[in-house]
Amino acid sequence: MRAVDALMECLKAEGVEVVFGLPGGANLPTYDAFYDAGIRHILVRHEAGGGHAAEGYAKATGKVGVALGTSGPGATNLVTPICDAMMDSVPVVFLTGQVRTELLGTDGFQEADTIGITMPIVKHSMMIQHPLELPRAIHEAFHIARTGRPGPVVVDIPTDLSRADIPYEPITDVHLPGYQPTTDGNQKQIRLAAKALANARRPVIYAGGGAVGAAAELRELATSDRLPVTCTVMGLGSFPASHPQWLGMLGMHGTRTANYAMDEADLIVAIGARFDDRVTAKLSEFAPHAKFIHIDIDPAEISKNVPAHIPIVGYASNILPRLTTEYRALKPDPARLEEWWHRIESWRARYPLAYSDSDDSEIKPQYMVQALFEATEGNAIVASDVGQHQMWAAQHYHFDRPRQWINSGGLGTMGFGLPAAMGAKVGRPEETVVCITGDGSFQMNTQELATCAQNGIDVKVFVMNNGYLGMVRQWQELFWDRRYSQVHTGQYPDFVKLAEAYGATGVRLTDKHTLVEGMRQALATDGPVVVDVRVSAEENVYPMIAPGQAARDMVG
Amino acid sequence: MGEPGTKELLSLEELEAAGSFRTGRKHILSILVENKPGALTRITGLFARRGFNIDTLAVGPTDDETISRITLTLDGAVQSIDQVTKQLHKLINVLKIRDLEPTETMARELALFKISADGGSRAEVMQVCEIFRAKIVDVSKRTLVAEVTGTQEKIDAFERLVRPFGLVEMARTGEIAIARGRAET
Ligand SMILES: Cc1cc2nc3c(=O)[nH]c(=O)nc-3n(C[C@H](O)[C@H](O)[C@H](O)COP(=O)(O)OP(=O)(O)OC[C@H]3O[C@@H](n4cnc5c(N)ncnc54)[C@H](O)[C@@H]3O)c2cc1C
Ligand SMILES: Cc1ncc(C[n+]2csc(CCOP(=O)(O)OP(=O)(O)O)c2C)c(N)n1
Ligand SMILES: [Mg+2]
Repeated sequence: MRAVDALMECLKAEGVEVVFGLPGGANLPTYDAFYDAGIRHILVRHEAGGGHAAEGYAKATGKVGVALGTSGPGATNLVTPICDAMMDSVPVVFLTGQVRTELLGTDGFQEADTIGITMPIVKHSMMIQHPLELPRAIHEAFHIARTGRPGPVVVDIPTDLSRADIPYEPITDVHLPGYQPTTDGNQKQIRLAAKALANARRPVIYAGGGAVGAAAELRELATSDRLPVTCTVMGLGSFPASHPQWLGMLGMHGTRTANYAMDEADLIVAIGARFDDRVTAKLSEFAPHAKFIHIDIDPAEISKNVPAHIPIVGYASNILPRLTTEYRALKPDPARLEEWWHRIESWRARYPLAYSDSDDSEIKPQYMVQALFEATEGNAIVASDVGQHQMWAAQHYHFDRPRQWINSGGLGTMGFGLPAAMGAKVGRPEETVVCITGDGSFQMNTQELATCAQNGIDVKVFVMNNGYLGMVRQWQELFWDRRYSQVHTGQYPDFVKLAEAYGATGVRLTDKHTLVEGMRQALATDGPVVVDVRVSAEENVYPMIAPGQAARDMVG
Repeated sequence: MGEPGTKELLSLEELEAAGSFRTGRKHILSILVENKPGALTRITGLFARRGFNIDTLAVGPTDDETISRITLTLDGAVQSIDQVTKQLHKLINVLKIRDLEPTETMARELALFKISADGGSRAEVMQVCEIFRAKIVDVSKRTLVAEVTGTQEKIDAFERLVRPFGLVEMARTGEIAIARGRAET
């Protein structure tokens, strides 16, 4: 059969239900194979939309996402999602077309050195050099993307090779001698960690994106005693926000309670979290009294930014149950945590996440998120874009389930939200999927509304419209003497008309008194809906650790 | 140091102090890689990204034809090279990495020197060659080409001695290394 038909067989063998892409010259053979392969292909309007959709699908389902683009511009349009998937450890396989082999390196039509361009931002990449290699390469790509620390894998396929006639034998084994992640966690280290935890008087569990696949196990550990839990932006939902042991998110825009607890902790258990600078703030003053247990699948994360006293390399889902067992066997005295909880409770009482609401009908952005929480009964999958709205969504939409919150944290990619929501809805059609976006971010991938409309992908987009690139405006206001430089976007375009032009429903909401009801109606409307919510123009996200400051010096 | 995103002015001195310290500790890394396209680029790319300067690089086959050995020397920067070696381990095509302890390692380099050696100086140049057990592999009227093997230091010393005669050009392979004794590299 043709190599591309073998490719289809491989995708099916990997359990691929859906792919996102857009065809071109160099991947015409692949698209011919899709014609009757029986794999759902969603035609996006821009390859970046397809890439982020594959990410959203992966984040919502835990499965590997797949995105396709042609050679040259198709591949370069995928660069942002590839980098985004790398930064946030998202398992996605990117299949790019390439010019035929005899044109390689000659500036052939639509040739780009895709492997070269993407080399620093992939977990792995492969250029197919012989058609017989293709099936194995595809299985290797899925294996690498899915296992260990998940990430993007690019497979670049020259068009002539994809048309070659090859004998196809299903491949059942993947053998990569240079790739053998440590997954189990060293038992001795686990025992050591249990002991440290049992002796800690001011412990905090700091859970990140790597804990999302181990939410039940995390809960077991935390509730073995009253162990306080905070999550990064990426970890939200791995521990229920409604749980009494939840301290809120930590980091630059985290709660005071979470940041102060880190600051005074004597033991921090990092689970699938990578001590990002948005979390540590001033590194030299980060958690000065703490010893660190660091659980991560990637040995390169251990002691990268903060030296770990007890490193444990492996999957959180493998390690946590054993840590819990060891911990419980030590029968630690729960009373030792009482003083700590007094301290935590006093912060909580003094520093709730607050804002001053308007006295008129003006919609404060924080209230907008609360209203959405109410209208969706806290149950929606929320995909966010990047900016102030993202932080307010993280703070005020309380996530109780893993994979309920989908955002771009590491790269902070504006334009991620809508396509990610689309991918999430495709992967979890039974769920309500909403996108919280900004007037700036939404315009970076609005074209995917057409994809949603055409395919009946029922996402509800809530634009937090402040007429500004708000997050940048906030920094200019606070740290650059209010010299607003190129951040005002005004009320362009008219999002309601835009939605209608795309075949979606457009709604505008401007009054806080009818906001929840308006949102409910939008949610009950069939098909994709864009809700243009006019919010206060110059509100700031607080609390905040100012750049260069330590957590204990939070402001706002 | 000024924080990104704030308007604090940064002096060039501050920038330099933060970035470019060298500890001077030399590292010899011996890396076994699968013979796959792009493997070398991935490896050198990692060093570049972290701001490490690769001093020498030698690539060649091993006793297994599917595997190549890369020997790479560099000067340590402020941060230890641990982070880079951990990142190297993450490359799918990298099989094994050794940060060789200089005292337990046999390291050798080959160099070719084209030296001006006309009538007057020729004898003297040949004397230096002899002391360094350098082989004369080509002779012309005005120049000769000497082949030297040895440690980096030996070759550096040879270079210093012949430079005054007129060094026309020089080519060095970069060090290759192997662990002393029975231990595998
Ligand atoms: C505008 C903006 C503001 C931000 N503000 C904040 C903020 O206030 N607070 C905040 O926290 N972040 C903030 N971020 C996000 C921040 O930039 C980082 O993306 C985030 O802190 C990283 O989260 P993480 O540590 O959970 O790591 P992730 O990027 O989620 O990495 C996951 C880690 O877990 C490991 N891992 C993966 N799978 C497993 C497994 N199965 N078992 C064990 N380990 C595993 C990986 O190796 C990796 O080390 C902000 C981003 C933006 C764009
Ligand atoms: C592609 C891209 N370009 C620029 C930025 C820098 N940036 C971060 S937040 C932000 C403003 C986002 O504006 P908007 O979507 O309206 O969100 P708001 O902050 O107003 O809620 C910008 C420009 C980015 N993160 N991504
Ligand atoms: Mg805005």
